[in-house]
Amino acid sequence: MDVIFGNLDLWSEALTNTLMVFVFGGIIALVLGIIVGAMRVSPVPIARAVGTVYVNLVRNTPLTLVFFFFVFGYPQLGLPDMSNTVLGILAIGIYTATYVAEVLRAGINTVPVGQAEAARAIGLPFGQVMTLIIMPQAFRSVVPPMMSVFIALLKNTTVAAGFAISELAALRATINDAPGRPGNPMEVLLWVAVVFVALVLLMSWGQRTLENKWRIAR
Amino acid sequence: MTSVLYDVPGPRAIARNRILAVITVVLVVAVIGFMVYRLWESGQFEASKWRVFTFTAVWMGILKALGNTLAAFALAAVLSIVLGLVLAVGRLSDHAWVRIPVTWITELLRAIPVLVLMMLLYYGLPVVGVRMDPYWAVVLALMAYNGSVLAEVFRAGIEALPSGQKEAGYAIGLRKNGVMRLILFPQAVRAMLPVIVAQLVVTMKDTALGFIITYPELLYYAKLLSSQQGRPILQSAFVIGGIYIVMCLILSGIAKWIEVKTRHSAKLTAYTAAGGEADPRIHEGSTVTEVIAAQKSLGKFDSQGM
Repeated sequence: MDVIFGNLDLWSEALTNTLMVFVFGGIIALVLGIIVGAMRVSPVPIARAVGTVYVNLVRNTPLTLVFFFFVFGYPQLGLPDMSNTVLGILAIGIYTATYVAEVLRAGINTVPVGQAEAARAIGLPFGQVMTLIIMPQAFRSVVPPMMSVFIALLKNTTVAAGFAISELAALRATINDAPGRPGNPMEVLLWVAVVFVALVLLMSWGQRTLENKWRIAR
Repeated sequence: MTSVLYDVPGPRAIARNRILAVITVVLVVAVIGFMVYRLWESGQFEASKWRVFTFTAVWMGILKALGNTLAAFALAAVLSIVLGLVLAVGRLSDHAWVRIPVTWITELLRAIPVLVLMMLLYYGLPVVGVRMDPYWAVVLALMAYNGSVLAEVFRAGIEALPSGQKEAGYAIGLRKNGVMRLILFPQAVRAMLPVIVAQLVVTMKDTALGFIITYPELLYYAKLLSSQQGRPILQSAFVIGGIYIVMCLILSGIAKWIEVKTRHSAKLTAYTAAGGEADPRIHEGSTVTEVIAAQKSLGKFDSQGM
Protein backbone atom coordinates (compact mmCIF):
# COMPACT_ATOMS: atom_id res chain seq x y z
CA MET A 1 0.00 0.00 0.00
CA ASP A 2 3.02 2.22 0.48
CA VAL A 3 3.24 2.64 -3.23
CA ILE A 4 -0.15 4.34 -3.18
CA PHE A 5 0.01 6.38 0.02
CA GLY A 6 3.63 7.40 -0.51
CA ASN A 7 2.79 8.82 -3.93
CA LEU A 8 -0.73 10.00 -3.36
CA ASP A 9 -0.06 13.26 -5.22
CA LEU A 10 1.13 11.44 -8.33
CA TRP A 11 -1.72 8.95 -8.25
CA SER A 12 -4.38 11.60 -8.00
CA GLU A 13 -2.80 13.59 -10.82
CA ALA A 14 -2.56 10.51 -13.02
CA LEU A 15 -6.11 9.41 -12.30
CA THR A 16 -7.45 12.90 -12.98
CA ASN A 17 -5.60 13.03 -16.28
CA THR A 18 -6.80 9.59 -17.33
CA LEU A 19 -10.40 10.48 -16.54
CA MET A 20 -10.01 13.84 -18.29
CA VAL A 21 -8.69 12.23 -21.47
CA PHE A 22 -11.52 9.70 -21.19
CA VAL A 23 -14.31 12.25 -20.69
CA PHE A 24 -13.20 14.88 -23.19
CA GLY A 25 -12.05 12.29 -25.72
CA GLY A 26 -15.43 10.62 -25.29
CA ILE A 27 -17.30 13.86 -25.92
CA ILE A 28 -15.35 14.54 -29.12
CA ALA A 29 -15.82 10.93 -30.23
CA LEU A 30 -19.55 11.09 -29.59
CA VAL A 31 -20.15 14.39 -31.38
CA LEU A 32 -17.91 13.60 -34.35
CA GLY A 33 -19.15 10.00 -34.43
CA ILE A 34 -22.79 11.06 -34.63
CA ILE A 35 -21.97 13.42 -37.50
CA VAL A 36 -19.99 10.77 -39.38
CA GLY A 37 -22.59 8.09 -38.60
CA ALA A 38 -25.32 10.33 -39.99
CA MET A 39 -23.22 10.94 -43.10
CA ARG A 40 -22.79 7.19 -43.54
CA VAL A 41 -26.56 6.61 -43.78
CA SER A 42 -27.49 9.89 -45.47
CA PRO A 43 -29.16 10.02 -48.90
CA VAL A 44 -26.31 12.19 -50.25
CA PRO A 45 -23.78 9.95 -52.02
CA ILE A 46 -20.89 12.37 -51.53
CA ALA A 47 -21.52 12.58 -47.80
CA ARG A 48 -21.60 8.78 -47.63
CA ALA A 49 -18.31 8.58 -49.52
CA VAL A 50 -16.63 11.12 -47.24
CA GLY A 51 -17.84 9.19 -44.18
CA THR A 52 -16.60 5.90 -45.60
CA VAL A 53 -13.17 7.27 -46.45
CA TYR A 54 -12.79 8.81 -43.00
CA VAL A 55 -13.84 5.64 -41.20
CA ASN A 56 -11.65 3.36 -43.31
CA LEU A 57 -8.58 5.57 -43.13
CA VAL A 58 -8.65 6.27 -39.41
CA ARG A 59 -9.86 2.83 -38.31
CA ASN A 60 -6.98 1.14 -40.09
CA THR A 61 -4.37 3.40 -38.55
CA PRO A 62 -2.99 2.29 -35.18
CA LEU A 63 -4.06 4.61 -32.38
CA THR A 64 -0.40 4.98 -31.49
CA LEU A 65 0.25 6.43 -34.92
CA VAL A 66 -2.70 8.83 -34.61
CA PHE A 67 -1.13 10.02 -31.37
CA PHE A 68 2.20 10.32 -33.18
CA PHE A 69 0.61 12.56 -35.81
CA PHE A 70 -0.94 14.81 -33.23
CA VAL A 71 1.68 15.00 -30.49
CA PHE A 72 4.81 15.08 -32.66
CA GLY A 73 3.37 16.24 -35.98
CA TYR A 74 1.06 19.05 -34.93
CA PRO A 75 3.76 21.33 -33.47
CA GLN A 76 5.50 21.18 -36.87
CA LEU A 77 2.63 23.01 -38.50
CA GLY A 78 3.26 26.32 -36.78
CA LEU A 79 -0.29 26.48 -35.44
CA PRO A 80 -1.13 27.85 -31.97
CA ASP A 81 0.56 25.84 -29.20
CA MET A 82 -1.44 23.16 -27.45
CA SER A 83 -0.43 20.99 -24.53
CA ASN A 84 0.25 17.31 -25.12
CA THR A 85 -2.84 16.44 -23.12
CA VAL A 86 -5.11 18.47 -25.40
CA LEU A 87 -3.49 16.96 -28.49
CA GLY A 88 -3.88 13.49 -27.00
CA ILE A 89 -7.57 14.16 -26.33
CA LEU A 90 -8.01 15.22 -29.96
CA ALA A 91 -6.18 12.11 -31.20
CA ILE A 92 -8.20 9.68 -29.12
CA GLY A 93 -11.47 11.49 -29.92
CA ILE A 94 -10.88 11.45 -33.66
CA TYR A 95 -9.88 7.79 -33.54
CA THR A 96 -12.82 6.64 -31.41
CA ALA A 97 -15.31 8.63 -33.49
CA THR A 98 -14.95 6.05 -36.27
CA TYR A 99 -16.08 3.31 -33.89
CA VAL A 100 -19.00 5.40 -32.64
CA ALA A 101 -20.07 6.00 -36.24
CA GLU A 102 -19.93 2.30 -37.07
CA VAL A 103 -21.92 1.33 -33.98
CA LEU A 104 -24.62 3.87 -34.84
CA ARG A 105 -24.83 2.59 -38.39
CA ALA A 106 -25.06 -1.02 -37.23
CA GLY A 107 -27.70 0.02 -34.70
CA ILE A 108 -29.89 1.60 -37.36
CA ASN A 109 -29.44 -1.56 -39.41
CA THR A 110 -30.82 -3.77 -36.63
CA VAL A 111 -34.23 -2.08 -36.90
CA PRO A 112 -36.28 -4.38 -39.13
CA VAL A 113 -37.30 -2.99 -42.53
CA GLY A 114 -40.94 -3.60 -41.71
CA GLN A 115 -40.85 -0.92 -39.04
CA ALA A 116 -39.82 1.80 -41.45
CA GLU A 117 -42.16 0.48 -44.10
CA ALA A 118 -45.10 0.46 -41.70
CA ALA A 119 -44.26 3.97 -40.58
CA ARG A 120 -44.15 5.18 -44.16
CA ALA A 121 -47.32 3.29 -44.99
CA ILE A 122 -49.29 5.23 -42.40
CA GLY A 123 -47.97 8.40 -44.02
CA LEU A 124 -45.28 9.58 -41.62
CA PRO A 125 -42.71 11.90 -43.20
CA PHE A 126 -38.97 11.17 -42.97
CA GLY A 127 -38.48 13.25 -39.83
CA GLN A 128 -41.17 11.41 -37.90
CA VAL A 129 -40.10 7.99 -39.21
CA MET A 130 -36.69 8.71 -37.76
CA THR A 131 -37.64 10.33 -34.46
CA LEU A 132 -40.68 8.22 -33.59
CA ILE A 133 -39.96 4.80 -35.05
CA ILE A 134 -36.34 4.16 -36.02
CA MET A 135 -34.27 6.11 -33.51
CA PRO A 136 -35.98 4.91 -30.29
CA GLN A 137 -35.44 1.30 -31.38
CA ALA A 138 -31.97 1.85 -32.78
CA PHE A 139 -30.95 3.68 -29.62
CA ARG A 140 -31.82 0.67 -27.47
CA SER A 141 -29.83 -1.79 -29.50
CA VAL A 142 -26.96 0.70 -29.73
CA VAL A 143 -26.44 1.22 -26.01
CA PRO A 144 -24.57 -2.04 -25.22
CA PRO A 145 -22.08 -1.85 -28.12
CA MET A 146 -21.67 1.87 -27.46
CA MET A 147 -20.67 1.07 -23.90
CA SER A 148 -18.13 -1.39 -25.32
CA VAL A 149 -16.69 1.42 -27.41
CA PHE A 150 -16.34 3.59 -24.33
CA ILE A 151 -14.76 0.76 -22.34
CA ALA A 152 -12.24 0.42 -25.16
CA LEU A 153 -11.75 4.19 -25.11
CA LEU A 154 -10.97 4.03 -21.41
CA LYS A 155 -8.38 1.33 -21.97
CA ASN A 156 -6.97 3.20 -24.95
CA THR A 157 -6.20 6.25 -22.80
CA THR A 158 -3.10 4.29 -21.70
CA VAL A 159 -1.56 4.89 -25.13
CA ALA A 160 -1.08 8.49 -24.04
CA ALA A 161 1.66 7.19 -21.73
CA GLY A 162 3.94 6.83 -24.72
CA PHE A 163 3.54 10.53 -25.51
CA ALA A 164 4.56 12.29 -22.34
CA ILE A 165 1.03 12.68 -21.01
CA SER A 166 1.06 11.94 -17.32
CA GLU A 167 -1.79 9.48 -16.91
CA LEU A 168 -2.04 6.15 -15.13
CA ALA A 169 0.05 4.02 -17.46
CA ALA A 170 2.83 6.61 -17.30
CA LEU A 171 3.01 6.35 -13.51
CA ARG A 172 5.68 3.65 -13.55
CA ALA A 173 8.12 5.99 -15.26
CA THR A 174 7.09 9.00 -13.17
CA ILE A 175 7.49 7.20 -9.84
CA ASN A 176 10.73 5.49 -10.78
CA ASP A 177 12.34 8.60 -12.18
CA ALA A 178 11.61 10.70 -9.10
CA PRO A 179 14.14 9.87 -6.37
CA GLY A 180 12.93 8.78 -2.94
CA ARG A 181 9.55 7.51 -4.10
CA PRO A 182 8.44 4.16 -2.69
CA GLY A 183 7.42 1.39 -5.06
CA ASN A 184 8.96 -0.79 -7.73
CA PRO A 185 7.64 -0.95 -11.32
CA MET A 186 5.87 -4.25 -10.74
CA GLU A 187 3.89 -2.91 -7.80
CA VAL A 188 2.95 0.33 -9.54
CA LEU A 189 1.81 -1.45 -12.70
CA LEU A 190 -0.19 -4.03 -10.78
CA TRP A 191 -2.07 -1.26 -9.00
CA VAL A 192 -2.63 0.53 -12.31
CA ALA A 193 -4.06 -2.72 -13.67
CA VAL A 194 -6.29 -3.00 -10.61
CA VAL A 195 -7.63 0.52 -11.16
CA PHE A 196 -8.41 -0.26 -14.80
CA VAL A 197 -10.05 -3.58 -13.96
CA ALA A 198 -12.22 -1.81 -11.38
CA LEU A 199 -13.24 0.94 -13.80
CA VAL A 200 -13.92 -1.51 -16.62
CA LEU A 201 -15.94 -3.85 -14.41
CA LEU A 202 -17.96 -0.89 -13.24
CA MET A 203 -18.69 0.09 -16.82
CA SER A 204 -19.56 -3.43 -17.96
CA TRP A 205 -21.87 -3.77 -14.98
CA GLY A 206 -23.60 -0.60 -16.18
CA GLN A 207 -23.67 -2.04 -19.67
CA ARG A 208 -25.36 -5.23 -18.51
CA THR A 209 -27.89 -3.32 -16.45
CA LEU A 210 -28.86 -1.10 -19.36
CA GLU A 211 -28.92 -4.07 -21.70
CA ASN A 212 -31.37 -5.95 -19.50
CA LYS A 213 -33.47 -2.90 -18.88
CA TRP A 214 -33.81 -1.98 -22.53
CA ARG A 215 -33.88 -5.38 -24.17
CA ILE A 216 -36.41 -5.39 -27.00
CA ALA A 217 -38.34 -8.56 -27.64
CA ARG A 218 -38.33 -8.84 -31.41
CA MET B 1 -27.01 1.07 -50.89
CA THR B 2 -30.74 1.48 -50.88
CA SER B 3 -31.95 2.38 -47.48
CA VAL B 4 -35.21 1.92 -45.67
CA LEU B 5 -34.69 5.31 -44.15
CA TYR B 6 -35.68 7.35 -47.15
CA ASP B 7 -37.71 7.04 -50.34
CA VAL B 8 -36.46 7.37 -53.86
CA PRO B 9 -36.07 11.16 -53.85
CA GLY B 10 -38.61 13.32 -55.59
CA PRO B 11 -37.80 16.68 -57.24
CA ARG B 12 -37.68 18.61 -53.97
CA ALA B 13 -35.59 15.99 -52.21
CA ILE B 14 -33.21 15.86 -55.17
CA ALA B 15 -32.73 19.61 -54.98
CA ARG B 16 -32.18 19.40 -51.23
CA ASN B 17 -29.71 16.55 -51.61
CA ARG B 18 -27.78 18.57 -54.17
CA ILE B 19 -27.49 21.45 -51.75
CA LEU B 20 -26.32 19.08 -49.01
CA ALA B 21 -23.80 17.57 -51.41
CA VAL B 22 -22.44 21.01 -52.26
CA ILE B 23 -22.17 21.90 -48.57
CA THR B 24 -20.33 18.64 -47.87
CA VAL B 25 -17.92 19.21 -50.72
CA VAL B 26 -17.26 22.80 -49.66
CA LEU B 27 -16.63 21.76 -46.04
CA VAL B 28 -14.35 18.87 -46.96
CA VAL B 29 -12.41 20.95 -49.48
CA ALA B 30 -12.06 23.69 -46.88
CA VAL B 31 -10.69 21.28 -44.24
CA ILE B 32 -8.32 19.50 -46.63
CA GLY B 33 -7.32 22.78 -48.21
CA PHE B 34 -6.49 24.27 -44.84
CA MET B 35 -4.40 21.22 -43.90
CA VAL B 36 -2.52 21.27 -47.21
CA TYR B 37 -2.00 25.02 -46.87
CA ARG B 38 -0.58 24.58 -43.35
CA LEU B 39 1.65 21.75 -44.53
CA TRP B 40 2.88 23.87 -47.43
CA GLU B 41 3.28 27.00 -45.32
CA SER B 42 5.37 25.18 -42.71
CA GLY B 43 7.56 23.72 -45.44
CA GLN B 44 6.49 20.09 -45.15
CA PHE B 45 6.66 19.62 -48.91
CA GLU B 46 10.26 20.79 -49.17
CA ALA B 47 12.59 18.27 -50.75
CA SER B 48 14.89 18.28 -47.73
CA LYS B 49 12.09 16.89 -45.58
CA TRP B 50 11.56 13.96 -47.91
CA ARG B 51 15.24 13.34 -48.67
CA VAL B 52 15.48 10.52 -46.11
CA PHE B 53 13.26 8.39 -48.27
CA THR B 54 15.67 8.50 -51.20
CA PHE B 55 18.19 6.32 -49.37
CA THR B 56 18.20 2.58 -49.89
CA ALA B 57 19.42 2.05 -46.33
CA VAL B 58 16.31 3.77 -44.98
CA TRP B 59 14.04 1.52 -47.00
CA MET B 60 16.03 -1.51 -45.83
CA GLY B 61 15.41 -0.28 -42.30
CA ILE B 62 11.70 0.12 -42.99
CA LEU B 63 11.62 -3.41 -44.41
CA LYS B 64 13.36 -4.76 -41.34
CA ALA B 65 10.93 -2.91 -39.05
CA LEU B 66 8.04 -4.22 -41.13
CA GLY B 67 9.44 -7.70 -40.66
CA ASN B 68 9.53 -7.15 -36.91
CA THR B 69 5.94 -5.92 -36.91
CA LEU B 70 4.80 -8.90 -38.95
CA ALA B 71 6.80 -11.34 -36.80
CA ALA B 72 5.10 -10.08 -33.65
CA PHE B 73 1.71 -10.03 -35.37
CA ALA B 74 1.97 -13.53 -36.83
CA LEU B 75 2.93 -15.27 -33.60
CA ALA B 76 0.47 -13.20 -31.55
CA ALA B 77 -2.33 -14.03 -33.99
CA VAL B 78 -1.72 -17.77 -33.84
CA LEU B 79 -1.27 -17.83 -30.07
CA SER B 80 -4.33 -15.69 -29.42
CA ILE B 81 -6.54 -17.96 -31.53
CA VAL B 82 -5.25 -20.97 -29.58
CA LEU B 83 -5.78 -19.21 -26.26
CA GLY B 84 -9.21 -18.06 -27.41
CA LEU B 85 -10.25 -21.63 -28.18
CA VAL B 86 -8.94 -22.88 -24.85
CA LEU B 87 -10.70 -20.15 -22.87
CA ALA B 88 -13.94 -20.60 -24.82
CA VAL B 89 -13.94 -24.34 -24.15
CA GLY B 90 -13.18 -23.70 -20.48
CA ARG B 91 -15.95 -21.19 -20.19
CA LEU B 92 -18.49 -23.54 -21.75
CA SER B 93 -17.43 -26.40 -19.47
CA ASP B 94 -20.02 -28.30 -17.46
CA HIS B 95 -17.77 -28.30 -14.40
CA ALA B 96 -18.11 -25.25 -12.23
CA TRP B 97 -14.51 -25.56 -11.01
CA VAL B 98 -13.31 -25.07 -14.59
CA ARG B 99 -15.95 -22.64 -15.76
CA ILE B 100 -15.77 -20.10 -12.95
CA PRO B 101 -11.99 -19.54 -12.84
CA VAL B 102 -11.81 -19.41 -16.64
CA THR B 103 -14.63 -16.86 -16.69
CA TRP B 104 -12.73 -14.72 -14.23
CA ILE B 105 -9.48 -15.03 -16.13
CA THR B 106 -11.18 -14.06 -19.38
CA GLU B 107 -12.88 -11.04 -17.83
CA LEU B 108 -9.65 -9.98 -16.13
CA LEU B 109 -7.50 -10.24 -19.25
CA ARG B 110 -10.10 -8.29 -21.20
CA ALA B 111 -10.23 -5.51 -18.62
CA ILE B 112 -6.49 -4.80 -18.43
CA PRO B 113 -5.29 -2.45 -21.19
CA VAL B 114 -2.84 -4.15 -23.58
CA LEU B 115 -0.22 -1.51 -22.94
CA VAL B 116 -0.35 -2.05 -19.18
CA LEU B 117 0.01 -5.78 -19.81
CA MET B 118 3.05 -5.15 -22.02
CA MET B 119 4.60 -2.87 -19.42
CA LEU B 120 3.97 -5.45 -16.70
CA LEU B 121 5.83 -8.04 -18.74
CA TYR B 122 8.66 -5.75 -19.78
CA TYR B 123 9.20 -3.41 -16.82
CA GLY B 124 7.44 -5.37 -14.08
CA LEU B 125 8.81 -8.87 -14.37
CA PRO B 126 12.52 -7.96 -13.95
CA VAL B 127 11.62 -7.08 -10.34
CA VAL B 128 10.91 -10.75 -9.68
CA GLY B 129 13.97 -11.76 -11.68
CA VAL B 130 12.43 -12.58 -15.06
CA ARG B 131 13.92 -10.56 -17.88
CA MET B 132 11.99 -10.56 -21.10
CA ASP B 133 12.80 -9.53 -24.63
CA PRO B 134 10.51 -6.71 -25.87
CA TYR B 135 9.43 -9.08 -28.64
CA TRP B 136 8.04 -11.57 -26.14
CA ALA B 137 6.43 -8.87 -24.04
CA VAL B 138 4.58 -7.62 -27.14
CA VAL B 139 3.59 -11.10 -28.29
CA LEU B 140 2.46 -12.36 -24.90
CA ALA B 141 0.48 -9.21 -24.06
CA LEU B 142 -1.26 -9.31 -27.44
CA MET B 143 -1.92 -13.01 -26.99
CA ALA B 144 -3.50 -12.54 -23.57
CA TYR B 145 -5.69 -9.64 -24.59
CA ASN B 146 -6.83 -10.79 -28.03
CA GLY B 147 -7.15 -14.36 -26.83
CA SER B 148 -9.66 -13.32 -24.21
CA VAL B 149 -11.59 -11.22 -26.73
CA LEU B 150 -11.60 -14.10 -29.23
CA ALA B 151 -12.81 -16.46 -26.51
CA GLU B 152 -15.92 -14.31 -26.19
CA VAL B 153 -16.31 -14.31 -29.97
CA PHE B 154 -16.14 -18.12 -30.11
CA ARG B 155 -18.57 -18.40 -27.23
CA ALA B 156 -21.04 -15.99 -28.82
CA GLY B 157 -20.76 -18.00 -32.04
CA ILE B 158 -21.54 -21.24 -30.25
CA GLU B 159 -24.40 -19.74 -28.27
CA ALA B 160 -25.93 -18.28 -31.42
CA LEU B 161 -26.18 -21.75 -32.97
CA PRO B 162 -29.65 -23.29 -32.88
CA SER B 163 -29.86 -25.62 -29.88
CA GLY B 164 -31.08 -28.36 -32.20
CA GLN B 165 -27.51 -28.76 -33.44
CA LYS B 166 -26.27 -29.75 -30.03
CA GLU B 167 -29.32 -31.90 -29.32
CA ALA B 168 -28.94 -33.75 -32.62
CA GLY B 169 -25.31 -34.39 -31.74
CA TYR B 170 -26.23 -35.92 -28.40
CA ALA B 171 -29.09 -37.82 -30.02
CA ILE B 172 -26.74 -39.70 -32.34
CA GLY B 173 -24.72 -40.72 -29.32
CA LEU B 174 -21.82 -38.27 -29.36
CA ARG B 175 -20.28 -37.19 -26.08
CA LYS B 176 -19.74 -33.56 -25.10
CA ASN B 177 -16.28 -33.67 -26.62
CA GLY B 178 -17.59 -34.90 -29.95
CA VAL B 179 -20.48 -32.45 -30.00
CA MET B 180 -18.10 -29.56 -29.40
CA ARG B 181 -15.33 -30.66 -31.72
CA LEU B 182 -17.37 -32.06 -34.60
CA ILE B 183 -20.58 -30.04 -34.56
CA LEU B 184 -20.47 -26.78 -32.66
CA PHE B 185 -16.96 -25.44 -33.17
CA PRO B 186 -16.74 -25.86 -36.94
CA GLN B 187 -20.01 -23.99 -37.38
CA ALA B 188 -19.20 -21.29 -34.86
CA VAL B 189 -15.71 -20.67 -36.24
CA ARG B 190 -17.03 -20.49 -39.78
CA ALA B 191 -19.82 -18.11 -38.85
CA MET B 192 -17.48 -15.97 -36.81
CA LEU B 193 -14.59 -15.85 -39.31
CA PRO B 194 -15.23 -12.22 -40.34
CA VAL B 195 -15.22 -11.16 -36.69
CA ILE B 196 -12.10 -13.20 -36.00
CA VAL B 197 -10.26 -11.56 -38.90
CA ALA B 198 -11.51 -8.15 -37.72
CA GLN B 199 -9.95 -8.92 -34.35
CA LEU B 200 -6.71 -9.80 -36.13
CA VAL B 201 -6.76 -6.29 -37.64
CA VAL B 202 -6.89 -5.01 -34.07
CA THR B 203 -3.94 -7.24 -33.18
CA MET B 204 -1.99 -5.87 -36.12
CA LYS B 205 -2.70 -2.29 -35.07
CA ASP B 206 -1.80 -3.02 -31.47
CA THR B 207 1.69 -4.21 -32.43
CA ALA B 208 2.32 -0.47 -32.81
CA LEU B 209 2.16 -0.22 -29.02
CA GLY B 210 5.43 -2.12 -29.00
CA PHE B 211 7.37 1.05 -29.70
CA ILE B 212 6.53 2.33 -26.21
CA ILE B 213 8.45 -0.60 -24.71
CA THR B 214 11.27 -0.18 -27.27
CA TYR B 215 10.37 -3.02 -29.60
CA PRO B 216 11.96 -1.97 -32.92
CA GLU B 217 8.83 -2.18 -35.08
CA LEU B 218 7.50 0.19 -37.74
CA LEU B 219 6.42 3.03 -35.51
CA TYR B 220 9.67 2.83 -33.56
CA TYR B 221 11.48 3.20 -36.84
CA ALA B 222 9.25 6.15 -37.78
CA LYS B 223 10.31 7.85 -34.57
CA LEU B 224 13.94 7.04 -35.31
CA LEU B 225 13.59 8.50 -38.80
CA SER B 226 12.00 11.69 -37.54
CA SER B 227 15.14 12.53 -35.57
CA GLN B 228 17.13 12.56 -38.83
CA GLN B 229 18.35 15.68 -40.51
CA GLY B 230 15.47 18.01 -41.43
CA ARG B 231 13.29 16.31 -38.77
CA PRO B 232 10.86 14.67 -41.20
CA ILE B 233 8.31 13.86 -38.47
CA LEU B 234 5.13 14.16 -40.48
CA GLN B 235 6.76 12.62 -43.52
CA SER B 236 7.76 9.43 -41.74
CA ALA B 237 4.34 9.29 -40.08
CA PHE B 238 2.70 9.53 -43.52
CA VAL B 239 4.89 6.80 -45.00
CA ILE B 240 4.57 4.42 -42.04
CA GLY B 241 0.88 5.23 -41.69
CA GLY B 242 0.39 4.34 -45.34
CA ILE B 243 2.06 0.97 -44.76
CA TYR B 244 -0.20 0.23 -41.78
CA ILE B 245 -3.35 1.26 -43.65
CA VAL B 246 -2.46 -0.96 -46.61
CA MET B 247 -1.74 -3.95 -44.35
CA CYS B 248 -4.98 -3.50 -42.39
CA LEU B 249 -7.02 -2.96 -45.55
CA ILE B 250 -5.65 -6.21 -46.95
CA LEU B 251 -6.73 -8.03 -43.77
CA SER B 252 -10.17 -6.34 -43.81
CA GLY B 253 -10.43 -7.25 -47.48
CA ILE B 254 -9.86 -10.89 -46.54
CA ALA B 255 -12.62 -10.59 -43.93
CA LYS B 256 -15.03 -9.12 -46.49
CA TRP B 257 -14.12 -11.83 -48.98
CA ILE B 258 -14.79 -14.57 -46.42
CA GLU B 259 -18.08 -12.93 -45.56
CA VAL B 260 -19.18 -12.89 -49.19
CA LYS B 261 -18.01 -16.47 -49.68
CA THR B 262 -19.98 -17.74 -46.70
CA ARG B 263 -23.07 -15.70 -47.50
CA HIS B 264 -24.62 -18.38 -49.72
CA SER B 265 -25.69 -20.18 -46.58
CA ALA B 266 -28.81 -18.55 -45.16
CA LYS B 267 -28.10 -19.93 -41.70
CA LEU B 268 -24.75 -18.25 -41.53
CA THR B 269 -25.92 -14.87 -42.71
CA ALA B 270 -27.64 -13.94 -39.50
CA TYR B 271 -24.61 -14.85 -37.43
CA THR B 272 -22.18 -12.94 -39.56
CA ALA B 273 -24.51 -10.02 -39.13
CA ALA B 274 -23.46 -10.12 -35.51
CA GLY B 275 -20.15 -8.72 -36.67
CA GLY B 276 -21.97 -5.53 -37.37
CA GLU B 277 -21.07 -5.50 -41.06
CA ALA B 278 -23.59 -7.69 -42.84
CA ASP B 279 -27.22 -6.76 -42.73
CA PRO B 280 -29.55 -9.27 -41.09
CA ARG B 281 -32.27 -8.21 -43.45
CA ILE B 282 -30.47 -9.24 -46.61
CA HIS B 283 -32.08 -12.65 -46.37
CA GLU B 284 -35.81 -12.44 -46.37
CA GLY B 285 -35.87 -15.88 -44.81
CA SER B 286 -34.00 -14.99 -41.63
CA THR B 287 -36.17 -15.77 -38.66
CA VAL B 288 -36.96 -13.60 -35.67
CA THR B 289 -34.73 -15.72 -33.45
CA GLU B 290 -31.81 -15.23 -35.77
CA VAL B 291 -32.20 -11.48 -35.68
CA ILE B 292 -32.36 -11.60 -31.90
CA ALA B 293 -29.27 -13.77 -31.85
CA ALA B 294 -27.55 -11.31 -34.12
CA GLN B 295 -28.60 -8.40 -31.99
CA LYS B 296 -27.70 -10.10 -28.75
CA SER B 297 -24.23 -10.99 -29.84
CA LEU B 298 -23.79 -7.53 -31.31
CA GLY B 299 -23.66 -6.10 -27.86
CA LYS B 300 -21.42 -8.83 -26.54
CA PHE B 301 -18.30 -8.27 -28.51
CA ASP B 302 -18.82 -5.69 -31.19
CA SER B 303 -15.83 -3.37 -31.27
CA GLN B 304 -14.93 -4.64 -27.82
CA GLY B 305 -11.37 -5.13 -28.85
CA MET B 306 -10.43 -1.90 -30.57
